[in-house]
Amino acid sequence: MNYYSENRELQHFLKHPLLQRIVAMKERDYSQAGEFAYAPIDFSEAMEGYEGVLQLVGEMCADVVAPNAARIEEDGPKVVDGRVVYAPATEENLDLFKKAGLMGVSLPRRFGGLNFPVAVFTMMQELVCRADAGFGNLWGLQDCAATINNFGNDGQRERYLPMVSAGATMSMDLTEPDAGSDLQSARLKATYSEEEGCWYLDGVKRFITNGDSDIHLVLARSEEGSVDGRGLSLFICEKSCGRVKTRRIEDKMGIHGSPTCEVVFDHAPAELCGSRKMGLIKYVMSLMNGARLGIATQSVAIAQAAYSEAADYARSRKQFGKTIINLPPVYEMVGTMKARLDAARSLLYETARNVDMSYQFADLARERTLAPEERTESKFFSKKADALTPLIKGMGSEIANMNAYDAVQVHGGSGYMRDYLCERLYRDARITSIYEGTTQLQVVAAIRYAASGYYKELLDEYLAIDVPEQLKPLRERIISMAESYKAALEKVQALESQEALDFLARRIYEIAAYSIMASLLMRDAVADEALFSASLHRFVAVAESVLAAHTAYIGNFTMELLNQYK
Amino acid sequence: MELNIIVLAKQVPDTRNVGEQAMNADGTINRAALPAVFNPEDLNALEQALLLKDSNPGSKVTVLTMGPARAADILREALYRGADEGVLLTDRAFAGADTLATSYALSTAVRKIGKFDIVLCGRQAIDGDTAQVGPQVAQMLGLPQITCVRKVLSMNDGVLVAERGIENGVEVVKASLPLLLTVEGVAAPCRPRNAYRMLRFHRAATPSEQASEGYRYSSQAKSDEALCLKEWSLEYIGGDASRCGLSGSPTKVKKVENIVFRAKESKRYSSSDCDLKALVAELVENHTIG
Repeated sequence: MNYYSENRELQHFLKHPLLQRIVAMKERDYSQAGEFAYAPIDFSEAMEGYEGVLQLVGEMCADVVAPNAARIEEDGPKVVDGRVVYAPATEENLDLFKKAGLMGVSLPRRFGGLNFPVAVFTMMQELVCRADAGFGNLWGLQDCAATINNFGNDGQRERYLPMVSAGATMSMDLTEPDAGSDLQSARLKATYSEEEGCWYLDGVKRFITNGDSDIHLVLARSEEGSVDGRGLSLFICEKSCGRVKTRRIEDKMGIHGSPTCEVVFDHAPAELCGSRKMGLIKYVMSLMNGARLGIATQSVAIAQAAYSEAADYARSRKQFGKTIINLPPVYEMVGTMKARLDAARSLLYETARNVDMSYQFADLARERTLAPEERTESKFFSKKADALTPLIKGMGSEIANMNAYDAVQVHGGSGYMRDYLCERLYRDARITSIYEGTTQLQVVAAIRYAASGYYKELLDEYLAIDVPEQLKPLRERIISMAESYKAALEKVQALESQEALDFLARRIYEIAAYSIMASLLMRDAVADEALFSASLHRFVAVAESVLAAHTAYIGNFTMELLNQYK
Repeated sequence: MELNIIVLAKQVPDTRNVGEQAMNADGTINRAALPAVFNPEDLNALEQALLLKDSNPGSKVTVLTMGPARAADILREALYRGADEGVLLTDRAFAGADTLATSYALSTAVRKIGKFDIVLCGRQAIDGDTAQVGPQVAQMLGLPQITCVRKVLSMNDGVLVAERGIENGVEVVKASLPLLLTVEGVAAPCRPRNAYRMLRFHRAATPSEQASEGYRYSSQAKSDEALCLKEWSLEYIGGDASRCGLSGSPTKVKKVENIVFRAKESKRYSSSDCDLKALVAELVENHTIG
């Protein structure tokens, strides 16, 4: 089996026209071919390379990672003398990915990386997470290296990035017992020793994914006496210093292979990454955006796994003298799962492409001053990436949960038993709408783009495309969705109450997200009607019913209703 | 110690995933319906070669295969996994070879490579399942051989110690270099293809492939010798045509039958001369051999 070659929907996203530009920028117009034996000479060779590596990952995931997941679920990681000992099958997976050269996928070649675009790394991550969401975390955390690449100094890049490419694992140590969603109250202390010319970290971090990593990125309070986010800086701390220990591993509902650690820093030497006081305001925000795209990817992967499990089961299980996929209540569920999956995936890769473009301009800006039109484009793409990331993190993770719920339902009683994969998917999915910012926090991040009318602009952009005759009625329906989004927003804004806006924000957010997903899925169906037309029909119908419910709630909303909640 | 290691590999139809169209009506294999793959146990042999290379830095692993032009695919596959060089032995004169003619051609090509310390191959190929080629190549090259190897335990001062599978257990044997090993499927699985190597070596090609219209990497191949796969003919290796291909193959297929196993029948023989003679007599009598 191969998770890539059998997934034509996923393959579709390697064909997007914008990739041509992304790759040309990432490859600096293919100028590295002379310097590195593995650099492509042109776009066509680059694509051949991505395709080949995706085939490799698809095969490794189906043949090794997926079967190992059950053993990892049993064994789990342990803490021995302050160190995390992974389950044997986790070690096996890590060793395999190291040997396959897949630990520095998007890092530049001069630091030993493959220099792949975010969009392609995201496809690889989807394959890994489909096989094992927990292992997907350990492997996907290599993406933290982008923060060192973007904000560290030359010495840090030269030291840490080749380590990551060679297989060193990473973690982002942000959360503390009293600083979860509210990171600005982080207290872990960073003190500078003038004599030694070195920073030292003291304190405790909690809920740290892969907290016994080789390279930690740590958010710490460097400004004594400060109380808010402006007193926080970002540090790089290596496990090899011996002063960072894992005190315990949390006993979680799901993703058992991914150790969630309580980490103690006992006067651990560390290096400042970037400028003092910019830790939370700038670097962690960027780090979190990358991590949110990662969790969105994990969500789509779980939505895919859940759909595949449900569809396979429904096609083989017989009741009432026929396979249950032929029963309307079952095919309604399975077909809706597929539609939600395709819609979420479309938004995921649209986000990834814009993140790619924004990274490319940021990279260019570090090399030289951007021309005015480049600056305009740079802003265009980074605004889009910033606006789409909370949409896909929030909605993707909610869809992962919906699909996991329905997968268990399709299995009936069997689905409640540990014997079936859907049971694990149900538990694994649950965290996606919580970590790296809950869905509620994604709504907070997204609402300013909703309120400013930016999502409406995006919808207009996505809907401005020639569609074949048979898809025109669907486009009209999506245009009406965009109109009802505008109307709902106006209604809320007319209330002139911040509290009412916050109260109704989730509904506004979902209206925007469903409309945008429908418009993107329409574009996919225009490109490949045979592959996406059925999902588009189903998704538009589902989205309309969600919108109808939300607009009814908003339409009937009064401040009096809000008071009834208090 | 820097070793010269040669791995003999075969491209085979993937008989592990046999569909309905896998066999023609006449009982021969329908190669078009089966994907061509790297023979599984030859991958185990390649891993042993790469492990020996890991522990003996500076060693060189050459993969040699005999087959039609498309067999160059498994040479690239070997490069993706860590081999240093690939040799394709290809010539119409080799077509229709049985195990004896194959062993002759391979051993002649191994001599042509020249310097070698260890020759490795899979125990058997999944298309013919004879397990004869490895031992015959060793015989023709006058090399000691260890068959059914599961693990190389040590290699010091020109002496290699290996664990080999036998019925109901394993035995540990040693032999001096140069030698030939055949490797079993229970040995360590081959390491995965490596992304960096794939991105570089997908350009590797034989002279014929490089001369074809679609080849776009001529300038890279000029400066990167590793991208040039060798392509050897019968004439180039200096072989005797009468010992190759159909003319060099005493095996003649009389009939192909589909057999469905219904019961397990086995007999045990002791290793006494008397028992072995009785076994040979029985096998001759029922035409299994002779």
